[in-house]
Amino acid sequence: MYESKRLGYLFVLPFILGILAFNLFPFAASFALSFTDYPLIGSPTYIGFENYEKMVFDDDLFWKSLTVTVSFALIVVPARLAVALFIAQVLNFKLRGINFFRAAYYLPTILGGSIAISVMWKFLFQQKGLVNIILDTVGIDPIPWLASERYAVWTIVALNTWQFGAAMVIFLAALQGVPKSLYEAAEIDGASFWQQFRNVTLPIITPVIFFNMIMQIVNCFQEFNAPFMITEGGPLYSTYFMALYIYDEAFKYFNMGYASALSWVLFFLIVGIAGVLFWSSKYWVFYSGEKERAR
Amino acid sequence: MSSDTAVSVMPKTRIPSNAEVLRTQRKERISLALRYLILGGVGLLMLYPLFWLLGASFKSNQEIFTTIWFLPRDLTRLLDFSAYYNGWMTRTEYTFATYFLNSFLIVIPRVIVTLISCTLVAYSFARFEYPGRKFLFSIMIGTMLLPPIVLRVPQYLMFKELGMIDSYWPLILPSAFAVDTFFTFLVVQFLRGTPRDMEEAAIIDGCNALQLLWHIVVPLLKPALISVALFQFIWTMNDFIGPLIYISTVEKYPVSLALKMSMDVSGEVEWANIIAISIVALLPSLTVFFLAQRYFIEGATSSGIKG
Repeated sequence: MYESKRLGYLFVLPFILGILAFNLFPFAASFALSFTDYPLIGSPTYIGFENYEKMVFDDDLFWKSLTVTVSFALIVVPARLAVALFIAQVLNFKLRGINFFRAAYYLPTILGGSIAISVMWKFLFQQKGLVNIILDTVGIDPIPWLASERYAVWTIVALNTWQFGAAMVIFLAALQGVPKSLYEAAEIDGASFWQQFRNVTLPIITPVIFFNMIMQIVNCFQEFNAPFMITEGGPLYSTYFMALYIYDEAFKYFNMGYASALSWVLFFLIVGIAGVLFWSSKYWVFYSGEKERAR
Repeated sequence: MSSDTAVSVMPKTRIPSNAEVLRTQRKERISLALRYLILGGVGLLMLYPLFWLLGASFKSNQEIFTTIWFLPRDLTRLLDFSAYYNGWMTRTEYTFATYFLNSFLIVIPRVIVTLISCTLVAYSFARFEYPGRKFLFSIMIGTMLLPPIVLRVPQYLMFKELGMIDSYWPLILPSAFAVDTFFTFLVVQFLRGTPRDMEEAAIIDGCNALQLLWHIVVPLLKPALISVALFQFIWTMNDFIGPLIYISTVEKYPVSLALKMSMDVSGEVEWANIIAISIVALLPSLTVFFLAQRYFIEGATSSGIKG
């Protein structure tokens, strides 16, 4: 029966239709729209590269939101991966209650995307919120988290780092898969804990680091809920992420053409960074079986 | 577990002296204590804000913004659920009963169509041989990296043409076509890891394709499908930008949009009301997570490792 090509095609048919209608067609349409002026009323007018030219030469807000988005990702991705790997390493031991800790650390990842958490996060960082109360008890002056251009983005960084659970769960599974014999051999050779981590653990889990990195980058560049809810892009556009700008252009001002151009720039940015990572991966990602060749 | 301990404490090659055994044991005990210390500390740091907010829902505005301890000073306040009542009733003409109902009207159909479409497509990818299968599969992997934000504008225009704006169709329909590729991928990976013996026996016994799917494959896939259902449930409950773009009538708002609205109209009211209703909004997801956390962890793990 599995040889029946007809059945195979029949079962995959929904996917073919869906991917065409909801992914590939919109993908192409978005590219085409980025060369038009389309205020949602009437039909799109072709204007060549005008949208892109305007963006690069004439739109301070674009550069602002680009800077905000890139620097956010540069902070959050490494922070999240580092915390995730650290906690996974601590958990990777004969521990009682490992399931409890794993679930507790995973919980923020499950809830973090919800608007309810963003609403509550805002309370934590109020002028007199929990964070400043704690700072006050240890003798640090309260910080105007949400009102300051300098600090506002850190509330969103904190919320995102808090959600390291998904990466941690994947790291933990990878760590548990490292053969014990390697550590025993290293121990006999007198390798310290840090040397073992650096020379045994890290190389073996590089494929997983790579995977997590790609997923987190795609994820972070599209951050929307938290800046929309917690800081509303402000103050002074200091948390005006690209996703927010695209949303405003498309669904507030109905500049469908310009919004499409913006989203393509974001897309190229993600693809570009992912591309560089893929290219660089041959220098630092080790897949088992080709270790000898790589050395 | 116990065999590991035996190996590390007593290597088979030679018999260690008593002092050595004691030293290793002490080292392990210190390591263990240190690990619990770190885990407890980080856990407290991560979860305390949630407890503080839970407590804040029973406090007055004045007390919320002055106390570090999560319980209200006057413990009898814990019996006073008025913040929950006020939050639930909202200051609009609808209560959260309406909004929760709306959320479920989106979530439940979406989970069902996701399960059906993912199973069919994953079955085709994992078990059948036909020209173009590998190509389609690589398209599926590619779309996992495609940021949804690039597709928003054309999708919106498309649903507008179809007259589906301000309905739940744009939120549910795509899932009926297996375009939530992460889930399809998860099921494919699971199915590839399960042996075909039972299916082959059933084919010899004369099962047709649908009988085979329903009686053999679906029961095998149960753990993976539970993961898919749970993730889709929570992600759809959390979804904010989708409803924000497509739903404009307040009567049709799901919980996420209603929360944003409560926040906007509240202004001067008791903050406890907003915090209380936020906590209530998290309850369905929290319940699902605590009842079935094993499936979440397994789903999250398998998606990464085999990828």
